[in-house]
Amino acid sequence: MEDKSKHVNTVNDSDFESMVEKNELPCLVDFWAPWCGPCKAIGPVIDELAEEFAGKVQIVKMNVDESPATPGKFGIKAIPTLILFKNGEAIDRITGAVGKAQLKELISKAS
Amino acid sequence: MYAARGRLDTLLIEKGATGGQVLLTDWVDNYPGFHDGITGFELMDKMTAHVDRFGLEKKFAAVTAMDLQGEQKVITLESGEELTAQSVIISTGAKPRKLDVPGEEELQGRGVSYCATCDAPFYRDQEIAVVGGGNTAVQEALHLTKFASKVTVIHRRDSLRATAILQEKAFAEEKINFIWDAQVSEIVGNDEGVESLNIQHNDGSTSNLPVTGIFVLIGVVPNNEMLPMEQLETDEGGFVFTDHEMCTKLPGVYAAGDIRSKNSRQIINAAGEGATAELSAEHYLSNLAVD
Repeated sequence: MEDKSKHVNTVNDSDFESMVEKNELPCLVDFWAPWCGPCKAIGPVIDELAEEFAGKVQIVKMNVDESPATPGKFGIKAIPTLILFKNGEAIDRITGAVGKAQLKELISKAS
Repeated sequence: MYAARGRLDTLLIEKGATGGQVLLTDWVDNYPGFHDGITGFELMDKMTAHVDRFGLEKKFAAVTAMDLQGEQKVITLESGEELTAQSVIISTGAKPRKLDVPGEEELQGRGVSYCATCDAPFYRDQEIAVVGGGNTAVQEALHLTKFASKVTVIHRRDSLRATAILQEKAFAEEKINFIWDAQVSEIVGNDEGVESLNIQHNDGSTSNLPVTGIFVLIGVVPNNEMLPMEQLETDEGGFVFTDHEMCTKLPGVYAAGDIRSKNSRQIINAAGEGATAELSAEHYLSNLAVD
């Protein structure tokens, strides 16, 4: 799936450290894969959130097929999983296709 | 789709993603017209595109409360916004039932899964378990054999409820074996993930099965938290009663799909019920206009 959103960047195993762990902004990472229906289905919500939180929280996507090391490091065995990072630390996570309100609540834990 | 084509002033309110449980399904082999089969996601994508072609208006928001009595139905959204309508079709569906055993909540996403199509590739060459004996459990157990080295199906009865063709496939699959007459009593694991399952057998004995993943596929519970349960008639499981025209006991209020009290929860049933409910609603609205 091509990522058409202008606010959601993609990250991979090699730039995860610089893009997420060393980012000054809190980061929400959406771990997804092309074979996961619920992952694709929450895509539009992720795009909306990225627009709403632009400049405050960096929202990025990681394809777990292309980048298996990072999901392994964080013990991810189910997708979609969204992990919130602040100052390089994973502070909270949600698994499953949840609604926008629950995702906003997760993001609010960064502030 | 029927409502949009009928040019009714219709709004589809959706909490998460359009498609619901079908998105959790790896492969749909029994929807008419798709003679080669189709993935759950693709089928829902096509259905969404279909209603979009007729210009159905959609709103992505969670409903927190509904007042369905009286001529004006009031729907409250999570934002506090209130919407009114003359007629409402309830199609909130159902979600996977949980085992409700120790370890399940803590290990969700770390080895406990309710969606084989989402999570199967994380279990390449690993030994895993499926709990359940219905169509979903057996279909997804078969899907999991593409990745896992061994799939143990744990079922509380001594035979499967799944349809014959799925049973034949499952019994022929070397990677699948069965533990009959047994239930999972605890999921054991740590921060790294699931390690094993404690199993309670119906004969009173217990055992431990080392697995790295457990897929819980034991049926569904209704998404009824937002429904005015005191205004509707529901069965003991919380599913909404309707007549064969999809009418609930409240005038102008209909229900369709897995939220209904019924025996068969198939995509084809839900589609047909949606059409019936819409035609009932259309009939109701045209009578209102005459009065």
